[in-house]
Amino acid sequence: MEKMDTIQKPPSDIGEKKVRISGSEALILSLLEEGVDTIFGYPGGAIMPIYDALYHYQDKVNHLLTRHEQGAVHAAQGYARVTGKVGVCFATSGPGATNLITGIADAQIDSTPLVCITGQVVAHLLGTDAFQESDVLGISMPVTKWNFQVTKPEEIPEAIAKAFYIAKTGRPGPVLIDITKNSQTDKLDFEYKPCKKIRSYHPYPALKKQDIEDAATLINNAKKPYILAGHGILISGAEKEVLTLSEKANIPVASTLLGLSSFPPDHENYAGMLGMHGNYAPNLLTNECDVLIAIGMRFDDRVTGDVSRYASKAKVIHIEIDPSEIDKIIKAEVGVNGDAKQALQMLLPLVKENTHTDWIAEFRRLDKIEFEKVIKKDTFPDGNEIKMGEVVRILSEISDGNAIVVTDVGQHQMIASRYYKYKKPNHIVTSGGLGTMGFALPAAMGAQVGKMNEKTVAIAGDGGIQMTIQELGTIFQYNIPLKIIVLNNNFLGMVRQWQQLFFEKRYSFTEMVNPDFVKIADGYGIPAKRVSERADLQNALQEMYDSEGPYFLEVKVEMEENVFPMVPSGDSVSNIRLE
Amino acid sequence: MTDIYQDSIEQSVEKQYTISILTEDKPGLLNAVTIVFTRRKLNIDMINVSASEVEGVSRYTIVLTTSKEQVEKVVKQIRKHVDVLGAFVYNEDDIHYQEIALYKVPTKIFVGGVEVEQIIRDNNARILVIEKDYIVIEKTGHKEETSRLFEILKKFGVLEFVRSGRISVSKSKRRTETFLEELEKSTTHSLSNNNGTVN
Repeated sequence: MEKMDTIQKPPSDIGEKKVRISGSEALILSLLEEGVDTIFGYPGGAIMPIYDALYHYQDKVNHLLTRHEQGAVHAAQGYARVTGKVGVCFATSGPGATNLITGIADAQIDSTPLVCITGQVVAHLLGTDAFQESDVLGISMPVTKWNFQVTKPEEIPEAIAKAFYIAKTGRPGPVLIDITKNSQTDKLDFEYKPCKKIRSYHPYPALKKQDIEDAATLINNAKKPYILAGHGILISGAEKEVLTLSEKANIPVASTLLGLSSFPPDHENYAGMLGMHGNYAPNLLTNECDVLIAIGMRFDDRVTGDVSRYASKAKVIHIEIDPSEIDKIIKAEVGVNGDAKQALQMLLPLVKENTHTDWIAEFRRLDKIEFEKVIKKDTFPDGNEIKMGEVVRILSEISDGNAIVVTDVGQHQMIASRYYKYKKPNHIVTSGGLGTMGFALPAAMGAQVGKMNEKTVAIAGDGGIQMTIQELGTIFQYNIPLKIIVLNNNFLGMVRQWQQLFFEKRYSFTEMVNPDFVKIADGYGIPAKRVSERADLQNALQEMYDSEGPYFLEVKVEMEENVFPMVPSGDSVSNIRLE
Repeated sequence: MTDIYQDSIEQSVEKQYTISILTEDKPGLLNAVTIVFTRRKLNIDMINVSASEVEGVSRYTIVLTTSKEQVEKVVKQIRKHVDVLGAFVYNEDDIHYQEIALYKVPTKIFVGGVEVEQIIRDNNARILVIEKDYIVIEKTGHKEETSRLFEILKKFGVLEFVRSGRISVSKSKRRTETFLEELEKSTTHSLSNNNGTVN
């Protein structure tokens, strides 16, 4: 009886006076204190008391039951990436927790704020190989920003407060809190205090004036300055500052994969996407620029290619909040350690107005070559078969670049990154660093739930969709109005492309015999259609886009299409191939 | 051009470095620190962890052989951990350091002669424990010195030998407590407090 009384206390009581409640209820109240409105999860033995507490708070927080814990963590990632809030997921001990690991590793490398709550066996059974016990702390340690095991209920409020503070500040990342079952059932005197400071953790390094001045001097004297726009711009909300810098000093801007949507794609200074399958000009001209201004990015090997032949004529300014990224891959002439928005706000007044007309014209000249040799054929093909590029181009036109696009990993990911014009910040969600196949469907689901008023489209290949296809069940159960496009070429396309180019066409286990996707969607009660003729494509995409609820569109595309341009693995960006 | 070449050679030459780390005294931290090495397949030569002079703060001393470039990256990765207060890398010239070794030898080797006694005197070692069957000799010093004594005692029969990891103090005059106080003061914890701050 006492339990029911305390559970029904409104959460507004908390923080003012201590209330004696169970650890489970304390967890739910702590999450409410942090402003959590959505949780993705999957129950099981060791987390049942938490789910029981959640049962009483269903009016305050929206919990979605996914079909697999990997679905829950990717959904939390998608939610976090589009809302800027911390994504939250629940899983039970043992297999529940280990199923989260891929998503946690993905969130770590792509700087996504998550708080993952896992149930754990009772504290006295730790280390005894109890049923569904695994060393989740040990397993998750290399892939979390922070993790903590709660073994006493009194630890819950502080652990959750720290978890949210760490996950969302500085360079964001995933935090895992493992809660033993006894801590869930035992009582504590609950009081919640948000975390504002940890003495050993300094998420926002103070900028050094000298670094900013040195950066300004380099920029002001540059003949061919070049901005690389990374994910950090979106995280710190520095889109306006980057635009101002680019316009004031007339500097071309290229984007990393995760930096897409941080700069207007139709802007005359926009150079396109960097990387192995990025645009021609931004890759090639990296070795022509004299000052490289890298903002909130980490020089992934897919961006640099061979580092010894990267930015060979350039002095590098690296603006980055994570000090371990500066000089990690590319030596910086000037390392500016701090928040991108703050750094740019300090830098802008010191940057002189300038023009680099000839330099920007070099980009435009190379753009024309890429358009003639690649883009035209991809987006306006004249062959019989549908190409991935035209699907993305039409989607971009129909949605006017305003949809949230969530991709999986592989050829279609590169095509979706290249040909969709992302006009709104944080409107692309993709697995960049980890390259997690199976990401798109659950992440898009989470993104859609986070932004119910915005059209959200998942684009996946026939391989990736089948890695997490069970999440159609979640979409069905909650009627999530997500649009799903499967670009089906009956191949693991990117691997096949490499086999064609570098393994003499030995297609070792990349061909797929696929199920009838339309029937599968139909089984989940999701309207579905298959398109294999160009004549039907425009209407099918329009119908999908205009539909109210969820929609599944399978597009049969050319089987052996290759993605170009391409910087061969380990080669210099200067050797980018157009065919 | 020669300078850049020299610099890159210096960056890649392998030598012994001592890393000193201050962390919160919490379970799991040792694992968090060592996985940074594991991930890069770096072998730790010596490691010592114990309480520092500040309550609740642990001090790690880790010795490893690697390049300057690698050790600098490793230290940055260690600093990144939420519960790490500070991490510093030192050359041997920057620190005072010591190791301790214990040698368990049969008691009988002391009987009937002065040779072993002389060895102990010459090596600045001392006798820690005398039991009926064995005697424990203690020596502090650098690895070469404790190894030298081991080689000498070996011919008399050593029952057990153990050497600690390196412990070190830096040649800097700064107090650890001052470092921690400065750490608390100098850095910002949220963006709103940091507006326009310049160091």
